[in-house]
Amino acid sequence: MEPGLFFFWLFSAVVVVGAVGVVVMRQPIHSALFLLLSFLGVACLYVQARAELVAAVQVLVYAGGVMVLFLYTIMLVNVKRQRTERYLHRQAVPALGFGFLFLVVVGGVVVNEARALAGKAPAADPAALATTVLGSETVLGNTQAVGWVLYRDYLLPFEIASLFLLVAMIGAVVLGKRTMERFD
Amino acid sequence: MSESLVHYVLVPFVKGLLTVILVATAAGILTWIERRGLGRLQIRKGPNRVGPAGFFQWIADVVKLVFKEDVVPSRAEKVIHLLGPLLLFTPAVVVLGLVPWGPEVTLFGVTTPLHAAADLNVALLLILAVSSIGVYGIILAGWSSNSKYPLLGGLRSAAQLISYEVPMGFAIVAAVLMAGSLSMVEIIEAQKEAGIWFVFPGLVAFFLYFVSGVAETNRTPFDLPEAESELVGGFHTEYSGFRWAIFFMSEYGNMISIGAIATTLFFGGWLRPFPNVAWLSFLDVIPPFFWFAGKVFLFLLVYIWFRATFPRYRFDQLMALGWKALLPISLANLFLVALAALWGAAGLKVLGAVLVLLVAGGLVAAWRRPARASVTTRMAAEKVEVRA
Repeated sequence: MEPGLFFFWLFSAVVVVGAVGVVVMRQPIHSALFLLLSFLGVACLYVQARAELVAAVQVLVYAGGVMVLFLYTIMLVNVKRQRTERYLHRQAVPALGFGFLFLVVVGGVVVNEARALAGKAPAADPAALATTVLGSETVLGNTQAVGWVLYRDYLLPFEIASLFLLVAMIGAVVLGKRTMERFD
Repeated sequence: MSESLVHYVLVPFVKGLLTVILVATAAGILTWIERRGLGRLQIRKGPNRVGPAGFFQWIADVVKLVFKEDVVPSRAEKVIHLLGPLLLFTPAVVVLGLVPWGPEVTLFGVTTPLHAAADLNVALLLILAVSSIGVYGIILAGWSSNSKYPLLGGLRSAAQLISYEVPMGFAIVAAVLMAGSLSMVEIIEAQKEAGIWFVFPGLVAFFLYFVSGVAETNRTPFDLPEAESELVGGFHTEYSGFRWAIFFMSEYGNMISIGAIATTLFFGGWLRPFPNVAWLSFLDVIPPFFWFAGKVFLFLLVYIWFRATFPRYRFDQLMALGWKALLPISLANLFLVALAALWGAAGLKVLGAVLVLLVAGGLVAAWRRPARASVTTRMAAEKVEVRA
């Protein structure tokens, strides 16, 4: 097996094991740690796809920011689950049904794509992707490429999205503050 | 041995090993410097028994820590308790591996950049990302100990790290704006091209970076996660023996990383002072690596000096400083630096000159103002009685 393929399977296995661990673990902290593992595996896959910027941002935002806040909340809430507590409630049957449906849809797309690609020549050298052609210019590295796309081609949608986030953040602060006052 | 095996396996392995050994040894020697230096600053002697001027004290300490019993609390989460120190130590070493220590060197017939990892084009982002993983070591160590003080220490530390990550990020963005690149090597090259170290136009950014860095490494005056008077040992209260030593080494490793990144971003990395001034070329006698190491060492001395100088902040003061002072300053500074960078190298020089003049003016004004009477004289004047 060539090294690239080996590492692809390795990182994919990490992602899948992490994802399964999130739902299987009973202790919320353990679930959170498996989610972290899954995030890091996804970041490794991004690196393999030559998307270093996305990989770094994935680790920085999801692993370094979001998950830390999750852990923080879980530790403060300090859930102590009873071992005898029921793990799956009435949701088990519909969850299995919808899960199977999802698997069929995603699996169908993957199989279709694989069939379409089977006859074609292998993809170009991934190293070539490091140089992205955007419009008339050739841009070096995907940091610049992402920068051009976000701040020039899609500037307005980007700004609107950030405004939405700001509104959501202020809303969260207002809601959180109200409950705090009620407690006092 | 084939060429590619040397290039892709042996050389990276040796470099990685060297980085780990460097962090471990430097941490040991730094403890000696710190204890002796603190002794001087507090008019006492410090360790002076083992070896010349007590130099072998750190080796004795290492030997002691290795042979000490490794106690794990009986109700701790065993696996996570084991994982804690490693999660803190690994990012500390990896970050140092991403910083270039010097330009290309040829040793034993192998030419290679003095840089443990490759020169990635997103190195700086990766450094931020990797160092943000370190906080898990602290949180998990605190939580898995199943004890109150470590838990509180871990929570404090997490809040502190997240808060100071923000001004630190903005300070780094200011350096990136000046250099126009996220690659560490290109940032150093940009400083050579611009003809000035970025510390001059980036005076505010550097200040923000270093203050946030001190906060992120949990050092005085921001060492609340391990405030002895409130939290015993903080997040590592329940650790002993060598695993406690790993926490200790991580702290020093992080200090070295902060110093190394500050050197690279603001002090020209391995460049000598005034790299473009020809008549100063006699300074090239000192190899680039030693310029780099010397600058980092100065930062470490400043850390120790801080520890002897400043009292600890209160936790709410710490948060207020981070969110209400450093964050607005960093945003304003970003705007200023962006304007100067838009203007080009000349703009950076003008901004640098203005900032240096402002600081010099401030220092002169502070020096000419009559000194405020000390607390004791004022108390005597107001006839405040001090109860024994």
